[in-house]
Amino acid sequence: MTRPVFIGLDMGASRTKVVAIDDQGTLLGHAVKKSGIDFAATAAICLDDALAGAGAGRSDIAAAMATGYGRSNVAFVTSRSKTEISCHARGCFHSFPEALTIIDIGGQDNKIIKLDAAGRRQGFKMNRKCAAGTGAFLEEMSARLDIPLEEMNNLARRATEMIKIGSYCTVFSATEVLESIRHGKPVADIIKGIFYSMIQRVLEMDSLTEKVVLCGGVVAHNPYLVEMTEEMIGRPVLLPEYPQLTGAIGAALFAREEAGKR
Amino acid sequence: MAQEKQPQRKKIESTGRMMKIMSEYFYDLNAAAESPDRKVAWCTSVGPAELLRAMGFAVHFPENHAAMLGATRMATELIPEANTIGYSPDICSYLTADIGAHLKGISPLARAYPGIEAPPRPDVLVYNTNQCRDVQDWFSWYAREFNVPCIGITSPKNFTDVSEILVDDVSRQIEALIPTLEEVSGQPLDMARLRETVALSRECTELWRQVLETAMAVPAPLTFFDGTIHMGPAVVLRGTRQAVDYYRQLLAELQQRIADGSGAVDDELYRIYWEGMPVWGRLRQHSELFARLNVSVLVSTYCSSWIFPDFDPEEPIRSMARAYLGLFIVRSDTYKEQYIKQMLEKFHIDGIIYHDAKTCPCNSNSRYGMPQRLERETGIPSLVISGDLNDLRCVSDEQTVTNVEAFIEQLEERKDHA
Ligand code: SF4
Repeated sequence: MTRPVFIGLDMGASRTKVVAIDDQGTLLGHAVKKSGIDFAATAAICLDDALAGAGAGRSDIAAAMATGYGRSNVAFVTSRSKTEISCHARGCFHSFPEALTIIDIGGQDNKIIKLDAAGRRQGFKMNRKCAAGTGAFLEEMSARLDIPLEEMNNLARRATEMIKIGSYCTVFSATEVLESIRHGKPVADIIKGIFYSMIQRVLEMDSLTEKVVLCGGVVAHNPYLVEMTEEMIGRPVLLPEYPQLTGAIGAALFAREEAGKR
Repeated sequence: MAQEKQPQRKKIESTGRMMKIMSEYFYDLNAAAESPDRKVAWCTSVGPAELLRAMGFAVHFPENHAAMLGATRMATELIPEANTIGYSPDICSYLTADIGAHLKGISPLARAYPGIEAPPRPDVLVYNTNQCRDVQDWFSWYAREFNVPCIGITSPKNFTDVSEILVDDVSRQIEALIPTLEEVSGQPLDMARLRETVALSRECTELWRQVLETAMAVPAPLTFFDGTIHMGPAVVLRGTRQAVDYYRQLLAELQQRIADGSGAVDDELYRIYWEGMPVWGRLRQHSELFARLNVSVLVSTYCSSWIFPDFDPEEPIRSMARAYLGLFIVRSDTYKEQYIKQMLEKFHIDGIIYHDAKTCPCNSNSRYGMPQRLERETGIPSLVISGDLNDLRCVSDEQTVTNVEAFIEQLEERKDHA
């Protein structure tokens, strides 16, 4: 056996993220894949990729915990699962050990989580049953505009103006977007408006404390969202090194703690 | 896979007896509707049922029927029927489910009680808007449908104290109902019988209070989910001997559980206050979800709303007015917050869950900053879950589970740090 690794697996509705950390909490390997329809198979592939990155094998796993939407579909965990709320909180506090407001923008939902200076959760909010402000909203808009998701970020950055969207509703927003296209508005300005609307939907969920962390896959792939958020709230935002992995890292840290108690 | 623990919920033995008296109640209602000598009144849940019973009416409660539509998960299919005739999906899903069921000629009563096809045809409809305006609209629709009178009490709202001015107002409104009711029933109001009914209502709700207060014990012998089932007689048989006898039996069983140290949920770790309506179509799932987490949701505003300490046979009409005005739902947030605060203390509560029911604003107390205020004042954490009483299109099970589990993890963290 080489050295023990601790696995965290964040099985999101859209993407599966797996990390391997060592007993110091250092990230050794990670993998991200589309969750698809066979959650168990995706989890297994991600696990092997993350282990390969860490130069380890399955026999090196000291403990493993799952989180996220598909947390109960995973076979190789050793600890009882925890929600992504707890895991994002744990992962972010690991990077920024101070009182925080964490904003996680995921593929299907958003969360705002508040921690005190000791990392204790003060409260949390999840978006209601609605795509407003989530990655799903962005995907829908990219489909409507016929612009690949990966290009949205750079286009938004190039905007000279911003065309705001008025509606909560994804479908009505799409109609507004089509209306703007019909009027010949620049696509970049429209996309900036889409980004703005996403952040606005998230910010109106709760009040923010001084230090704000942004995380989640949507942020990882669209760094311009971070800049816009900073502008909108009027102060810098903290960004973890791997914004998409905070949930998985949190799960791995919990797995390590629980193994320590055993 | 880490083994998930199987939920453990304990069955209440008295349930059989309750089913029996509820069944007798429904068969009697059906018989009353079929008999030329008897009259049927429909009444809102905290409407003047005492008056109706004392005047010999068989009393049907459409809210009870609507809750059955919810619990049997028939409601979601029926609501659109009412939507198509102009009743919005955003208004009370009791109303829309019940009217939808009528339009489709469907009733859960027909499934549960062979020989009964539908709710009893009304001779008069009597509402009290103390809970919401929707009941008046709901009953008015049936009044047109059946061509029968619809009368009621238009209640004052949002007051902190039940002043004598308000009691005067509602007493007069109750008195004003009497001539129409006498005309429909064909008999004059007998005050002695009204006193007797009010006395029985008082006794019933007093026993119901004692039943609910058994949950002060640690571990709690009954949960909110049990309460929503066992409140049936307190709602539909208030003012009758059967209800009183039933709650005596239930109380004895729960007291025995306390003596045995037996909780409704195994290894109770956390104690939760439920604010708002149940999600009727998810009672079982919710009850199992909390049991799996060793969490007892043990007290609620909703079940406690059928406790009326004001009923007084010496002063039947005024005390009815007082009781109907004393209801939680009709009061100001100032009153509601005081009420919840003392409940949190009395029942040793670790957290509050607010159910924000999409179609019932009056029972959704999370919309005007109450969770934040109460949390600041008591330090007891809260969670708001979005859902609905009857319309399962407004319910996201995955979101509910994640929210609840995350909330319990938050309580765990607090305990670990304490
Ligand atoms: S209080 Fe709510 S559920 Fe009850 S009748 Fe009114 S709107 Fe419907």
